[in-house]
Parts: sequence; structure tokens; C-alpha cells
Amino acid sequence: MKIEGNELIIGGVVASIDRDNIDTDQIIPTEYLKSIKKFGFEDYLFDGWRYLDEGKLGVSKNDREQNPDFILNQAPYDKATILLTRDNFGCGSSREHAVWALRDFGIKIVIASSFGDIFYNNCFKNGVLPIKLDKNKIEDLFQKMSDSSADLSVSLDSKKIFQNENELYSFDVEDNLLERIIYGLDDVDMTLKHKDKILAFEQTRMKNTPWIFSND
Amino acid sequence: MPKTLYDKLWEEHHITTLDSSESLLYIDRQYLHEVTSPQAFEGLSKKGLSPWRLNANIATPDHNVPTERGESFKTENIKDEISKIQVTELDKNCNKFGIKQFDITSINQGIVHVIGPELGYTLPGMTIVCGDSHTSTHGAFGCLAMGIGTSEVEHVLATQTLKVSKLKNMRVKFSGEPQEGVTSKDIVLFLIRTIGTAGGNGHAIEFAGSYIESISMEARMTICNMSIEAGAKVGLIAPDATTFNYVKDHSQLSEEEFEDAISHWTSLVSDNDASFDKEIAIDVSLIKPQVTWGTSPEMVVDFDQEIPNLDFVDGENKRNFELAKKYMGIEENQKVTDLKFDRVFIGSCTNSRIEDLRDAAKVVDGKKVSEDIIEAIVVPGSGLVKEQAESEGLHIIFEEAGFMWRDPGCSMCLGMNPDQLKPYERCASTSNRNFEGRQGNLGRTHLMSPLMAALTAVNGRVVDPS
Ligand code: SF4
Repeated sequence: MKIEGNELIIGGVVASIDRDNIDTDQIIPTEYLKSIKKFGFEDYLFDGWRYLDEGKLGVSKNDREQNPDFILNQAPYDKATILLTRDNFGCGSSREHAVWALRDFGIKIVIASSFGDIFYNNCFKNGVLPIKLDKNKIEDLFQKMSDSSADLSVSLDSKKIFQNENELYSFDVEDNLLERIIYGLDDVDMTLKHKDKILAFEQTRMKNTPWIFSND
Repeated sequence: MPKTLYDKLWEEHHITTLDSSESLLYIDRQYLHEVTSPQAFEGLSKKGLSPWRLNANIATPDHNVPTERGESFKTENIKDEISKIQVTELDKNCNKFGIKQFDITSINQGIVHVIGPELGYTLPGMTIVCGDSHTSTHGAFGCLAMGIGTSEVEHVLATQTLKVSKLKNMRVKFSGEPQEGVTSKDIVLFLIRTIGTAGGNGHAIEFAGSYIESISMEARMTICNMSIEAGAKVGLIAPDATTFNYVKDHSQLSEEEFEDAISHWTSLVSDNDASFDKEIAIDVSLIKPQVTWGTSPEMVVDFDQEIPNLDFVDGENKRNFELAKKYMGIEENQKVTDLKFDRVFIGSCTNSRIEDLRDAAKVVDGKKVSEDIIEAIVVPGSGLVKEQAESEGLHIIFEEAGFMWRDPGCSMCLGMNPDQLKPYERCASTSNRNFEGRQGNLGRTHLMSPLMAALTAVNGRVVDPS
């Protein structure tokens, strides 16, 4: 993130993957879910497409056989900060590892026509901004991004996407979700501010539906 | 204003509206397993917090556990070092925080979504979460149940609440009687084929209609389980007499508590005139056994139907279909019945309950697994399912036919343990996802019902169940 003029901007190289329904097993295969850490997933992003050999947790990119045809293995896309894709990105499992892998690789924004619900939620907890655009705009973006020198910048303040200073589209995202990304806010801390309300609610619930608490 | 079942569950758990479209919901129950919890426990420790309401949490290892364990197996016997670390970590965290765990040595261990209902921890009207997308399974009891990410697992541990935006309401009405050989798995696959894997995005789907009313809790769980494959993180069925009987048999509630609860549970139905944002009606009597041919759960055909020919597929789908056909090794003008299978997997939180195993055993009884099949395995969903099946002699039917009879876990549903497909192997699987590499690198998965999978084991191919 940087500030340009008065605006908070995320910009950079856009890698396009022209597919619908990219599921979280594609984003990071199950093998890597064995990690008990929250970081260090960058080498396993899109593992099945990115490498020709089978990977294992702990084996790094340099010891693998890379697939030269896969976009993230080609310059300048190996430094991509924005991912452009199609419909229903991040469907499938709830694994937050999928977002961790994108984040660790350096992806800050994913642009798609729709997202899996759980994935969409997970993004905001890890500083990755999912942007939804209509299918025709996605189509248009795919055209515009076909040239390897093409990149985009996204203003978080005005919620607009630019190409070389030219405004392309605006997008919609809830302010409070966006703020989590901008300020890196922690949900637990924020929720615990409502501690009294939660306690009071719980007391009433124990009285009204005691069976829920007696069955433990 | 008339309300839907989802609206009622939402209101009952609503603590406060946050300064956004989000609300804070109270969470009655959280299930934990080894894969999505370690980072959550770490976060909790780092903040110096302990679980808000300890007894709300129930843990069990399932994703990583080997399924050939035999007698007196312990965590330290897990061969895969990395899997062992994760299961050990769950043991440690549960001990450290005092969370009830059914560990690998327990008869109650199993896939979280199988053991929750079976041990009576899932009760109608609860909010239930788990760091696993198939938490939607518990919606079969009229619970607001949803999969969450690891940050949210930590959040629920720490605050007993979840920050969520309200979903839209969708209702799917299934009417009619299914044909012979057609099960709830076929019906949910047919739904996904109809509305697509994004069809339920942003919605809670309530399943209703005469068909739903007529089926068992096991069959209802199979349907709610796969709502997530239809794009909906919440699937729901209003509790009725079938639900109450199941709960009575499985929960620890006293007679009095149970009576008390029932009067509340019967109110958990959508009001007659409640309006839904989306409504779909499906006549199940028209549905044939369904099998997936591709790499997305919406790529489904009738078992005897031609797999879509690329010449007749329109623009956007064409690209997806082409990639899927290539990955699956399918040629033009083929049917699923033309394909030769290598492996069969009967298990997963979709289809590893006693009824599923009975369905499969019926077909297998007195027959042998085809010589074309390298390996056919049956993995019961839990220790209790296994015990029940053995008391009915199902394991003997399977073993005599040449199936492997395993110990409970997720197994080849996702291949985190040694049960995996080798590249290009074709598998008839009763699980819920046919994604690329899901069951092993370059493996080819065809989703179907336990009955169809058992038939495939016996014949080496998909055949007509009638
Ligand atoms: S059986 Fe499969 S889908 Fe179900 S919880 Fe385990 S891995 Fe997930």
C-alpha cells in the first residue's frame, strides 16, 4: 500500500488466470495444510499448476521442477500483486491457508466476478482485498491485461480501478471490511469491546434454552 | 412479518449489530479438528486468552489420521511425521486448554460432522461452527451451521461469537418419490448440476418438500453436507418428528429437558407466507443416478448419459469443459459407463454413516470386487458407525468381496493421510469434491452414491443399478 496524493493505492502487475471455479484445493493443495504455522506458504500457491513434480511441505520452490507455461513462473508475473480471474474464485474448502498462500506470494488484490463465501470472508482477515466486478467488466479486463506490460492500480479510498491514470471502473466493498485491510484491525480485540453484551446475552440464553448448555 | 427458518435462527442468536452490515451472533457449539485449529490456538495463547465457554467446544482428529490402525493405536504411531505433528498439536492444545477431545484412541473418534450428531452434541436450533466447510451438514437438524476460517475459529474460541453478515434466503423444494437406486446423494448432485456451484452463493438454502420430510436424518445430512458444493455455506432442514426421534436416541438430555426443548424446536419452521429470495422446485421422481464426469461438482450427468460434447457447449463453459475433459482423460462421445475404474472409496462426511454402508453392502453381498479394481476401501465415518456396522456383519460382506475395511477418518476424501490416488487413477468416490488433485496428485475422481460406488467396485465400471 502506498499513498499517492491523498489516496491509498495498491498497484502492480496483474496475473490473469482464465478459469471459473478455481477452488481452494487448487490455490493450495491439502498436503500443505499439515503445517501448523500461519506463514511461509508462498512456494505452494497454485502448486498443482505451478510445478511439474509433486511437492511436499518444507520443500522449497528452488528444489522443484517449475512449469514454465504457468503464468506465475514467468516474468513479470512472478512478482504479481493482483490476480485476475473469473467466476466463483475460492470455492470449496474453508482453509484459510488459501488466503495465506496468496498473501505470502505477494498477492494483495484478487479481482473476480464472484467468490466462494468463506474464502471472501477469510481474505479480509489477512490483508487481501477481493474485488467483485460484473462479468462483462471482467471480460474487458482480460482483454486489457493481455499485454504483459499492463498493470493496474486500485484506490482504496475512492474504490476505483485505474490503468495508467485512466479510471476504468469503480467497485463496491463495505467500508468496515476495507478498514480491516487498511488498519490491519484484529477482530478479537474489536469484539471483546462488546464483552458485556455477550455476557448478558449468554445469561439470557442459558435461562431460555438450558438444554443447550446442559448437554456438554 | 413472516419469517423463514433462517431468519428465526438468526434472530435467536443475534447479540448486536455492528457498524456495518455485520452482526455479532452467539455460537452455541464449535467443533475442532487438527487441520484448521493449531494457528487458532496459537493466536489465543499469544493474546493470553482462554476459551470463552470451554464446554461449547468438542474436538477430534479426522483429516490426517491413518485408517489402518488396528488395536491400541496411539498418536505417536502415526508414520507420516508431519501428520503426526498436527495430531499431536491437537492433543496438546486440548489438554492445555481443557477442551473435550475424542482422540485417536477413542471409540467416539471420527469425522467431526459424523460424530457431532451421533454423540448428541448437535441439537436443533443451535448455531454451530467448525473450521471446515462441510459444517453445513448439521443444518439437517435445523441448526444454523457454517464453515469458518482459522481466524474465525480463534474468534469463536475467544469470544463465543462470530461476526457475520446476514445471508439471503433460498428454498429448494423436493417433491415426488425417487426411482429405485436413487438416493439422497443423487438428488443433491442433481441440484448442484441444476443451479451450479455458485448457485447458492450468498444464500442459506432451506431444503423442504415431501421428499425431505420422508427421508432419514442420515439422508438429510448428505443433502445439507453438499450445500457448500452448491455455493451455500448454510443448508437447513426444519426439525420434525424424524429429527426429534434421532436426537432422543443420541443426546444426553433428560426426559424433562427434552420435552422442554421440543416445544421450542417445533417453532423452528419457516412461516407459511415467508418469502424467499430464490425458490426452486425439483421433482425427484425424474432423477436418475447421478455421476460427476469432470473436475467441479456441477459437472454431472445421468449415469447412462453422454458426457457433454465440446461441439455443443457454449463459449464460457467450453474452456472449463475442455480443461476438465483433458484432466479426467475423457474423450468425445463417451459416457461414464464407458470408463474403466481403478479404485473405489466409500466414506467421507457425505456418505460414511450406517445407512450408507448398508446401501453399499446390499449391492456387494455375495459378489466380488472386479479384477480391474486395484483397491476398494470402506472407511466408516466414526468408531461408533464402525461398531454398528460390525454388529450387523457388514464388514464381513465387504471383506469377503475383497474390500478393505478401515478405521474412521476423512481418508481418501482429501488424501492428507496415506489413502491417495496415484496419477491418472480413476476413482469412484462417495465424497463431495472432484477437484483436480483432491484425492491425490493428478487423480481422477467421479462422485456418486454409495450404492453406485459399490456397483462400480463389483463391475469395474459404472452400471445400471436396476
Ligand atoms: S470427510 Fe472430506 S469433506 Fe468431510 S470433513 Fe473430512 S476432508 Fe472435509
